[in-house]
Amino acid sequence: MAVIEQQRYTCAIGALQSVVAIPGAIPILHSGPGCGEMVSQFFEFSSGTTGGATSPCTNFSENEVVFGGEQRLEEVIRHSYDILNSDLQVVLTGCTAAIVGDDAKQVVSRFAGQGKPIVYLDTPGFKCSNLAAHEELVIAIIEQYVKKVKKAQKNRDPRRREAGKRVNLFASVPSQDPLWKGNLIELKRLLEGEGLSVNVLFGSYSKGVREWETIPDANFNVLVSSWCGLPIVEYLEREFSQPYFHFPYFPIGGNETTKFLREVFDFAERQGAGLDAAVLEKYISEEENAFYDEIDVLATFLLEFRYGLPSFTHIIGNAEYVTGISKFLLNEVGIVPREQFISDNPPEQHIERLRALVEGISDTRKIEVFIDPDAGKAQERIAGLEYGERGLLIGSGWDRKLAADKGYDFLPLGVPSLCRLPLTARYVGYTGGLRLIEDIYDRVLDTYR
Amino acid sequence: MSKIDLRSPEVEIREIRLNSITGFAGSASGLVDCARCGGLGDRKRAFTQCMSCSTSKAICTVSLIQDIAVISHGPLGCGARFHEYAFTYQVNGAKRGVPNPKQIRVFSSDMGEEDTIYGGAEKLRTAIREVYERVHPRAIFIVTTCASGIIGDDVEGVSNEAQEELGIPVSAIFCEGFRSRIWTTGFDAGYHGIVRKLVRPSEEKIPNLVNIVNFWGSDIFSKWFQALGLVPNYLTPYATLESIADAAKAVVSVQICPTLGSYMGAAIEQTCGVPELTEAPPYGIPQTDRWFRALGKATGKEAEAERFIEKERAEWLPRFEELKKSLEGKTAYVTAGAAHGHAMLAILKEYGMNTLGAGIFHHDSVYDNPSDSLDVLKTTIGDYGDVGNYTVCNRQEYELVNLLNRLKPDIFVARHGGIVRWGARLGIPALLVEDEHYGMGYEGLVRYGRRLLNTIENVEFIKNFSRHAKIPYSEKWLTSDPYTFLSEDGNGGH
Repeated sequence: MAVIEQQRYTCAIGALQSVVAIPGAIPILHSGPGCGEMVSQFFEFSSGTTGGATSPCTNFSENEVVFGGEQRLEEVIRHSYDILNSDLQVVLTGCTAAIVGDDAKQVVSRFAGQGKPIVYLDTPGFKCSNLAAHEELVIAIIEQYVKKVKKAQKNRDPRRREAGKRVNLFASVPSQDPLWKGNLIELKRLLEGEGLSVNVLFGSYSKGVREWETIPDANFNVLVSSWCGLPIVEYLEREFSQPYFHFPYFPIGGNETTKFLREVFDFAERQGAGLDAAVLEKYISEEENAFYDEIDVLATFLLEFRYGLPSFTHIIGNAEYVTGISKFLLNEVGIVPREQFISDNPPEQHIERLRALVEGISDTRKIEVFIDPDAGKAQERIAGLEYGERGLLIGSGWDRKLAADKGYDFLPLGVPSLCRLPLTARYVGYTGGLRLIEDIYDRVLDTYR
Repeated sequence: MSKIDLRSPEVEIREIRLNSITGFAGSASGLVDCARCGGLGDRKRAFTQCMSCSTSKAICTVSLIQDIAVISHGPLGCGARFHEYAFTYQVNGAKRGVPNPKQIRVFSSDMGEEDTIYGGAEKLRTAIREVYERVHPRAIFIVTTCASGIIGDDVEGVSNEAQEELGIPVSAIFCEGFRSRIWTTGFDAGYHGIVRKLVRPSEEKIPNLVNIVNFWGSDIFSKWFQALGLVPNYLTPYATLESIADAAKAVVSVQICPTLGSYMGAAIEQTCGVPELTEAPPYGIPQTDRWFRALGKATGKEAEAERFIEKERAEWLPRFEELKKSLEGKTAYVTAGAAHGHAMLAILKEYGMNTLGAGIFHHDSVYDNPSDSLDVLKTTIGDYGDVGNYTVCNRQEYELVNLLNRLKPDIFVARHGGIVRWGARLGIPALLVEDEHYGMGYEGLVRYGRRLLNTIENVEFIKNFSRHAKIPYSEKWLTSDPYTFLSEDGNGGH
């Protein structure tokens, strides 16, 4: 693979979006002058209060390339305390610092040694994707900050996990999932609905750095993700003996959300969380009731609408959407998933598992799936397919023109995108499934004028 | 005058070529006087925030040319802004005579760790072949990055070999972010790569053809030029390889902003003999008069220009006077790149507004064409008087927020995204005008005035938002001297 066309994710330093998503945390870049802007412009309108042009940065110049930039980093960190309020600082290094061999760890450890809440992570762009760097970032904060705070609390065994109802939730990668805020809020709501209490860790409903400090106190971890985040929960299992529950795609709509809730409940029971089965049953029953009332409206519309509607879909995007939306649209909306495209570059060891997940969605047909970060190839393939029916293309901003050229309906979902402004829209859960239906048919009906 | 050398693969950075700076605090006249007498020293900052870099500016000069392909040779993140240009190309096409734009073809060589150890030249060679096979472009541009620059990949050599092999222009553009604090160096790099490979001197002249170095703003020139009997040749967004080659056959080159087009104008003048119009762009009434007169003179259309000026003035100036009644005396602060920021100051001052200050991203002591009359800040001061609280600040938000918080203008005017939000967070009505042609000419002055007034009058959202906005800056900082971290001597602050 020599090139990537139409990138659907970015490089390691994109993990700064995960820092921005923690209330009270600020990223500090030890990188070239453009890296911060590249990241904030990739994830348009999501620089939050501390990303983009607000993030301190050493802005590597020729001087730092030749003589090293450690002194400059020290200076920028030192002055940052006079200028920006923060509960936690996360230093991220770029290509320049890595290639010239700066030791950011040593600079950061001097501040950490003075009791400053500060951690560091090497994120040169050539190292890995922003998704892989997100995993490393979460581990770095726990390893370098949370563990230290826990040690400082006297009379407490840092390796002891407390049985109980508290769980850590790991799901959407901030910004990489354009609906990360809504999806996290909804997953938290669902887990709380069955009696758990949730460290959501990112977004406005997180209690910020104080919440991160309680990560080791949780009973177990919940990972809702196809592949990204597995190293985090494996790390927590090793470090704090916390087991993890893994749901390998987004649970969307009635079937999958109920399945998700029941599986988490059974897992929690095995961990001695002491949840109440009656609470679970009542919750599922209420949520399903509301959900299927709306599906009844959908069914009426689908059966009685006299004009054309999309009958099949291609999705280009993150693995949990491709799998979760394909399942939902096939079983609960009646839109058939045809060729599918996973574009978030899963590590090699997950490829066959992810392929099998998508291919096995339907009992009656095999759904072909292509796993390739070079989304230009996905576009070429879709451009060459003809089904003679109205299609629905779900993809990033790159795909709007392709949809128009093919005469397909288009729902923007992946990054990068200037085609919609997500606030708290969510596609996970019962309400997320309904929102997805609304978003699809809003766009479809808008074509009739 | 800087000497354009097309044999060299790289352009000298602006710090050296134009004695450009990024650190200054004082008055606009002080800056101009210092710069013009060659005595301009740069002041550095002991604390800095994310800036911007040359590679995205170089990409903006090449990626909107029709039927070409671009490869960012570096890690994936250096191509992160490609999608914005794809969006721009689609949505502005209709405004620029390309009603059904194709998808732009933009790639990353996705440099990995092993490439930084063993070199990325071989990967680039393969990438160029693959892109050629997939796209069959009419030209390929390779833009470099910090990583490819530091590891020393021979991008020029690989590009020249590929050009031989494929029989299409393959141009290496050297625009590593760390090379220059002044990201507009990336424009120079992009234009250098374009002129080197796509423009040849020509004996043939196309009558009435005028080169316009600009971005992707609305096509106002066609309308104006029709009245003058001239034909615009836009460079380089939406240009074709043919229209770029035609640049050598034009009568004169004009620019919408001498900072953007400095190098391009000089390169075409020095290599093809097409003179650059040495008059700052038409913002504000006196400068618009001068610009059209100079254009008329350069193209032999003096009479047409006079008629046009008279007609336009009659049509637009009464509306300007009407707007001026509402805007006069309002206070404003400007932040933008040079020289567009200088032009915005001219518009505000034309309306009799009180410009409390400006934070301009850099300052070029002189352009590639050294003519005084191209200096927009100088003409602005000459026409309307000085501007105090003038800082040269490469988008250092902490300094800007401190100043805005002190000055509390009635309106905050910006040209670039990323920092406009700070006006709103502080409860100051903020206006971002992305279309670089928006305020040009007499008509533009009126258009701009309407936007200013509309922004100042509609403050309900801003006021409400500011009551709830989160501000990460410390109280200590907001009450400190804004120049605490700006050195006196160019050796770093305290």
